[in-house]
Amino acid sequence: MLKQRFFFLLISLGLALAVWWAVREFGYLPRFMLPSPLDVWQRFWTAFRDGSLLRHSLVTLSEVLAGLAAGASAAMLLGYSLAKSPALEKVLTPYIIASQSIPVVAIAPLLVIWFGPGWVSKVMICSLIVFFPVLINTVVGMRSAPAELRELMRSLQASRWQTFWLLEAPAGLPVFLGGLRIGATLSVIGAVVGEFVGADSGLGYLVNAARGIYDIPLVFVAVMVLILMAMALYGFVAWVESVAVKH
Amino acid sequence: MTTCQPNDEPQPAADLGAAASNTASAGAGSPLLAVHHLSAVFANETGGLYALADLSFEIYPQQFVCVLGPSGSGKSTLLRLLAGLLKPTQGDVCYEGEVIDQRLAAARRNVGFVFQKANLMPWRTVSENILLPLELQKVPRDLAQSKVAELIQLVGLRGFEKARPRELSGGMAQRVAIARALAHDPDLLLLDEPFGSLDALTRERMGAELLRIWQARQKTVVMVTHSIAEALFLADRVLVLTSRPGRLRLDLTVDLPRPRHEDMRYTPQFGGLARQIRSAIERIE
Ligand SMILES: Nc1ncnc2c1ncn2[C@@H]1O[C@H](COP(=O)(O)OP(=O)(O)OP(=O)(O)O)[C@@H](O)[C@H]1O
Ligand SMILES: [Mg+2]
Repeated sequence: MLKQRFFFLLISLGLALAVWWAVREFGYLPRFMLPSPLDVWQRFWTAFRDGSLLRHSLVTLSEVLAGLAAGASAAMLLGYSLAKSPALEKVLTPYIIASQSIPVVAIAPLLVIWFGPGWVSKVMICSLIVFFPVLINTVVGMRSAPAELRELMRSLQASRWQTFWLLEAPAGLPVFLGGLRIGATLSVIGAVVGEFVGADSGLGYLVNAARGIYDIPLVFVAVMVLILMAMALYGFVAWVESVAVKH
Repeated sequence: MTTCQPNDEPQPAADLGAAASNTASAGAGSPLLAVHHLSAVFANETGGLYALADLSFEIYPQQFVCVLGPSGSGKSTLLRLLAGLLKPTQGDVCYEGEVIDQRLAAARRNVGFVFQKANLMPWRTVSENILLPLELQKVPRDLAQSKVAELIQLVGLRGFEKARPRELSGGMAQRVAIARALAHDPDLLLLDEPFGSLDALTRERMGAELLRIWQARQKTVVMVTHSIAEALFLADRVLVLTSRPGRLRLDLTVDLPRPRHEDMRYTPQFGGLARQIRSAIERIE
């Protein structure tokens, strides 16, 4: 089983490299615009050796994680309240929906002006982008506990707190984790958007800076690390899901 | 807190013909449960659907009451009202002389409810499902575990402790639900067709166990069933409801001696009671 998965992973990687090589050989792009896999590997190695890649990666990762934590926590709290109070839901829903029609790219510059070009503004952007999917899935998840099980809990005089921990949380966990999985990948996008607008470190900054000096292999390296980061986060949440959801 | 009025009128039953109601309640102290002019209306497109209309009766401590009636006569609704899970549209339900409402002191009501569907938590194993009421009451872990083991033995599910509900048959799931309702040793058992999807033999065995527990632990039982024979083997008293709206058609005392045996089925007394219940149900349809 594991062996088989490894086999398919190798095949898909090989395929990607082949396409890459073919586009470079037979495409219309001048060679310096599309580096070869080997160029990228060498650039990766030098950036890794001088420590800069690791430094930028850690900056971005810390923004992504902090944003994810802040955004998801806020979304969970509000989601719980919305699920519990239909009145509150009616009052806030228009604003929540409206906030979603604003692209993050449009307000990212504002946040950078308000909170400075440093770490804080990036975390804000990440948490904003994470907030919505986690909120929606928290509300849906909280409501996914069947009415009959709620009646059971009431017949057993369960407190509000007990009902939450023993019924609503486990019943809603799969839906909630689905939201968190989407949020985790969006958080990476949020960090990059923020770093594009204004930053002096991070992988988004690195992409921007490398592009400015036509260091295309470095752009590739930074983008690939970003992809790996998003995939690792997604995989981590999926793993939590497979351990925690037992039905 | 509102206190209860005693029933001041005779039963407002739809047809008093068969309801020669010499209730088993006579002189048994104060009622555990009392319902006064109870109605339950569900909103629907045409305005409202009367599930129960103007129901009044009293249930005394340690009574075993069976509720019968055609499908849709409001039996499940009645149990949910008795448990305080549903608010009556009119009238009220009293528990030990106090109107059940949102504020009724939780600790005083100790209810075990078996729902018509097994209603298990799919993410919990069989043992964990049975453990739930004990967990909610913060019973120490090892005490709770031994209680659960005992109940699993009782309902014949040894070897399935770690199974999840989706791996169980309908009858097995129902037995888990019965064990769960007994776990916290409630004073009042509200059972909605608890043996509905069991085979005949298991059904008899579970009925006998229920009787044993009822007698040993002095519980009050209100049980919905579709089986006249089962009601006569188990109950002190049988209530028959009419259909939409559910009114009390018959309130019958079952004065067969206990313990009751299979061969009682052929006594004239049993036959007479069975006929009374049967004709009450048949006249509804
Ligand atoms: N939550 C609800 N919303 C709307 N109508 C309901 C609801 N619960 C029950 N009813 C209606 O109330 C009536 C009585 O339902 P109930 O489930 O109490 O019947 P029952 O006697 O238990 O039937 P059965 O023997 O089939 O279980 C039915 O007509 C049903 O449609
Ligand atoms: Mg029913």
